[in-house]
Amino acid sequence: MNIVIDNLSKSYGNQKAVDGISFEVKTGEILGFLGPNGAGKTTTMKMITQYINADAGTIKIDNTPIANGNFRDNVGYLPEHNPLYQEMPVIDYLHFCAELQNVPKAEIPGQIKKMVRLCGLDREKHKKISELSKGYKQRVGLAQAMIHEPEILILDEPTTGLDPNQIVEIRELIKNIGKEKTVILSTHILPEVEATCDRILIINKGKIVADGTATTLRDQAQGNQIVKARIESESSENTKEALMNLPQILGVNIHDPHTHRFEIQSTSTVDACRSIFRLCQEKNWPILEMIPVETKLEDIFRDLTLN
Amino acid sequence: MKQIWTIAKRELSEFYNSLIAYILLIAFLGFTGFFTWLSGNGDIFFRKQADLQVFFSIANLTLFFFIPSITMKLLAEEKKVGTLELLLTKPVSDLQLVIGKYLAGLLMIVTALLLTIPYYVTVSTLGNFDHGASIAGYFGLILMSSAYIGIGLFASSISKNQIAAFIVALLIGVCFHFLFDIVSHSNSGLIAEIFDTLSLSNHFDSISRGVIDTKDLIYFLSVTFFALILAQFMVSKRN
Repeated sequence: MNIVIDNLSKSYGNQKAVDGISFEVKTGEILGFLGPNGAGKTTTMKMITQYINADAGTIKIDNTPIANGNFRDNVGYLPEHNPLYQEMPVIDYLHFCAELQNVPKAEIPGQIKKMVRLCGLDREKHKKISELSKGYKQRVGLAQAMIHEPEILILDEPTTGLDPNQIVEIRELIKNIGKEKTVILSTHILPEVEATCDRILIINKGKIVADGTATTLRDQAQGNQIVKARIESESSENTKEALMNLPQILGVNIHDPHTHRFEIQSTSTVDACRSIFRLCQEKNWPILEMIPVETKLEDIFRDLTLN
Repeated sequence: MKQIWTIAKRELSEFYNSLIAYILLIAFLGFTGFFTWLSGNGDIFFRKQADLQVFFSIANLTLFFFIPSITMKLLAEEKKVGTLELLLTKPVSDLQLVIGKYLAGLLMIVTALLLTIPYYVTVSTLGNFDHGASIAGYFGLILMSSAYIGIGLFASSISKNQIAAFIVALLIGVCFHFLFDIVSHSNSGLIAEIFDTLSLSNHFDSISRGVIDTKDLIYFLSVTFFALILAQFMVSKRN
């Protein structure tokens, strides 16, 4: 199911939480929703899941405005902070959610079994939710969101509180689901977006500031590209001068004169590496290291959201 | 309907799995039992009449406190924990949620009243017993509970704080139970008439005497109805 969001706005009092955002998510796509705290991620998700109404703008699923269609059966939602009925045993809770999601009665036990297996809850299934650790609670939240096999999955910070192993598992899980379904997930863990999402949407102060894949975002990012190199020679100063004379090189910093480490800024990493190599070949300077540094998503994020 | 029942069922199972349920049930049976049978001055043996009048008037007062303490959490807790968001993003409407909670509350009270059936059976063997009046009395208790559950739900819908919900429910309850009656007595003419109609205790008294008047029926049902509509309005105000 495709989701098309057009000019969506929502204010709380005088504060604009979401300010005219438009985007699209297609079936089989995992969209990562990034942004600093208070950027409007959660508010947008609450509007897509119909918990709150938008002040203006439309949300359409498969060309039907959400208010007109009955899409709740087809949306799975993991809210922020993962609210749960603490006093209920895991199995009962999943049963309750399946009933509310209109899963046919005969299929409920099968679905529960499937979710328990998928989310690794087998050993904990008879415990009360309040007795579970944070990571397991998170799994219960995910199981609840997927129990009716929704076409659309909306996850607000799905991996908070999980240990590194669990994070990898849950990411794999989301990736697998995302092959056939539409997934929107929000996070502020940047490597997570790169690892799981097909597309990234960065929002700041209620507005979209970037939309694209990790690669396109990197290309768009301003600033020079950096190569870290370790070139052995008699004098680091001489090397610096020689490097500065190369056409693509914009600046050279001597990082550490004793170990001959340099930080080289250039317009294009690949071209810079080639000419550095040729120069060193000519001068007979051994290159001990040469590492192009990718612009980090963190830097792009900081650029776009701090002003 | 299925959604309403699913919500009510969950609420009931949580209630009967909690200690509070049994404390409240024991307190209810303890109070009503003591004043009906044991208190001496004013109990059934003192009155020497085989009827449940004593029980009805004491149950009426006990439920007045009992009901806000079970309704206070019904919506306030969902709001506080955030499970409200979970429920309302599933195929559940605001009204279905409120009615589900109301139904759960009503069933809790009905269970408490069912546990007093032994009183009924015992008293009916003691003498010349008026079955009609007693059944009407039970019916009146259920109608009155329904109105108070509605009020309690509304109180629970205005805040995330259960204590606030309890106090608000009790304050509104005091108005309907005592104040309106007092105002109607201390005034005359139209004002007296309006407050006389609004007073819940007047309507309850006439039913517990064994007279089921449509006027009283409409009164209780409309208080319930308006309270539930207001509760639904408060839930939908999250927008």
